[in-house]
Amino acid sequence: MERPGRAAAVAGAQPRANGCSGAGHGTLRNGYVRRFPAPDTQVDHIVHNGGLYKRPFNEAFEETPMLVAVLTYVGYGVLTLFGYLRDFMRQWKIEKCQNATEREEQKDFVPLYQDFENFYTRNLYMRIRDSWNRPICSVPGAKVDMMERVSHDYNWTFTYTGRVIKDIINMGSYNYLGFAQNTGTCQEAAAKVLSQYGAGVCSSRQEMGNLDKHEELEKLVARFLGVESAMAYGMGFATNSMNIPALVGKGCLILSDELNHASLVLGARLSGATIRIFKHNNMQSLEKLLKDAIVHGQPRTRRPWKKILILVEGIYSMEGSIVRLPEVIALKKKYKSYLYLDEAHSIGALGPSGRGVVDYFGLNPEDVDIMMGTFTKSFGAAGGYIGGKKELIDYLRTYSHSAVYATSMSPPVVEQIITSVKCIMGEDGTIVGKARVQQLAENTRYFRRRLKEMGFIIYGNEDSPVVPLMLYMPAKIGAFGREMLKRNIGVVVVGFPATPIIESRARFCLSAAHTKEMLDRALKEIDEVGDLLQLKYSRHRLVPLLDRPFDETTYEETED
Amino acid sequence: MEIKHVKDYIYWLYYQYLLITCSYVLEPWERSMFHTITVTVFAMVVYTAYVFVPIHIRLAFEFFSQLFGGQPESTVS
Repeated sequence: MERPGRAAAVAGAQPRANGCSGAGHGTLRNGYVRRFPAPDTQVDHIVHNGGLYKRPFNEAFEETPMLVAVLTYVGYGVLTLFGYLRDFMRQWKIEKCQNATEREEQKDFVPLYQDFENFYTRNLYMRIRDSWNRPICSVPGAKVDMMERVSHDYNWTFTYTGRVIKDIINMGSYNYLGFAQNTGTCQEAAAKVLSQYGAGVCSSRQEMGNLDKHEELEKLVARFLGVESAMAYGMGFATNSMNIPALVGKGCLILSDELNHASLVLGARLSGATIRIFKHNNMQSLEKLLKDAIVHGQPRTRRPWKKILILVEGIYSMEGSIVRLPEVIALKKKYKSYLYLDEAHSIGALGPSGRGVVDYFGLNPEDVDIMMGTFTKSFGAAGGYIGGKKELIDYLRTYSHSAVYATSMSPPVVEQIITSVKCIMGEDGTIVGKARVQQLAENTRYFRRRLKEMGFIIYGNEDSPVVPLMLYMPAKIGAFGREMLKRNIGVVVVGFPATPIIESRARFCLSAAHTKEMLDRALKEIDEVGDLLQLKYSRHRLVPLLDRPFDETTYEETED
Repeated sequence: MEIKHVKDYIYWLYYQYLLITCSYVLEPWERSMFHTITVTVFAMVVYTAYVFVPIHIRLAFEFFSQLFGGQPESTVS
């Protein structure tokens, strides 16, 4: 296998960051923080298969410390035991049963609420439910207002006190470029369009719902992405789940990353194609599946697969990792398969000009067959798009369910997207958009570097604005959310089933709207809470870094 | 000042214990039940150790001293 270290070293000399000025990147290697800047020659073996990459690709998934894993299981053990006790008490009417149960006349039917997930919801999730679904009552910008709520029966019901917690620093919204605003050009343009067109369209695109705004949006998005044609949909989730069935069907093969979003999973299942899963961002695993698919063909009949479609995401929202796109494209070309790239989180948030992961790696958008993305995140609007060759889009326009049956997008939303995309492209005559992209990149670097210095375990790529901070223990999920809210910082905490059961985490999403002061305050509070809850699990600062081989996500590693 | 420091430290330890055992998220009556069980188990372990460990150490000591140096004639035969 080719391991050109020189290519990476050359890349080290170029401006490497995601559009931000390259101060201090030499100190980051393999995601570790080093005390002294190393000479550039040390950067070599970051990038495996480095010839394909134009920039260093630093991604780290520090393994769970053994003691922490054991203690996490102990915690789940305690909670499970008490869960059984409470279920027992509920069944024998010792305490009032507040959860959903079968009706009396259905007692002898197949049980509805006895699987593990129901048990988990009833007995574990319910205890820390106050950290989720908090209603907010302002625009979800850099700061947000939250409604105060209390529970008098241990989170079974909530009552609102009527007070509002003001000015919480919002570390949870996918507001990457800070376009979630209630002032500014986007809002003004959207308001104007609202007064011109109204809010609803009341028809689908193929009937009376095709506005000139939609056509304008699609042309603009195609130009933004650098593809021939694009199509916009009213819902990001449905873009995935309804378009994959239109593209592949029986006799086709889908190769899907194991951590793909639920919309991709649902779409793949609905399509009726055979689905095979490769390990997260593991190109060895993908290549093996591709090889097997081509050598063996369909099971039993041994006919060749009609189509092979690779499903990947740009940024994985729970891990904060960036897809190894150059390698995926190389494999796709080698094995003549198709590539479906979901840029839900990466569009706007990555790349020197905010054009997503393709731009980030400096690749050609033509190499990706289907470019999918959403407007819900970076653009502060709603909906999704698909971009690609003109034939593909024309086909989807006719056959995709979400094109045929869904109501078309609301004009003010469309206008918000148009204005924000133009802003990012610099077509509004300002450099505001460009500055936002750079600000996000700088915020990302700064926030990730500081968290690592503090000793937290942080997952993902150093350029990814999604920053998962590992919490592990179930009690710490609730405690972290509560303690941070007490300190006026809104965070998202994630546990099972969104993550593996022991890998609970808090997920910060950075935004260009965050100022340095806000980030510093947030970091100070995170540091404090981290000390209080003992979250600084990382042991990498103690290990001599130079001699450690690149582990965990190594390209050479072969399973089975 | 010193007492406050110690008190804070003990409270911090208690907080860590709550977090690690997940009794942090239990309801008060469950928490007291959990504490009771933990304390009971711990006390029994300590008591058992206090009662049995010295005896076992003494027996082991006798056994090994018998094996290695006590009666040389037994090793000869």
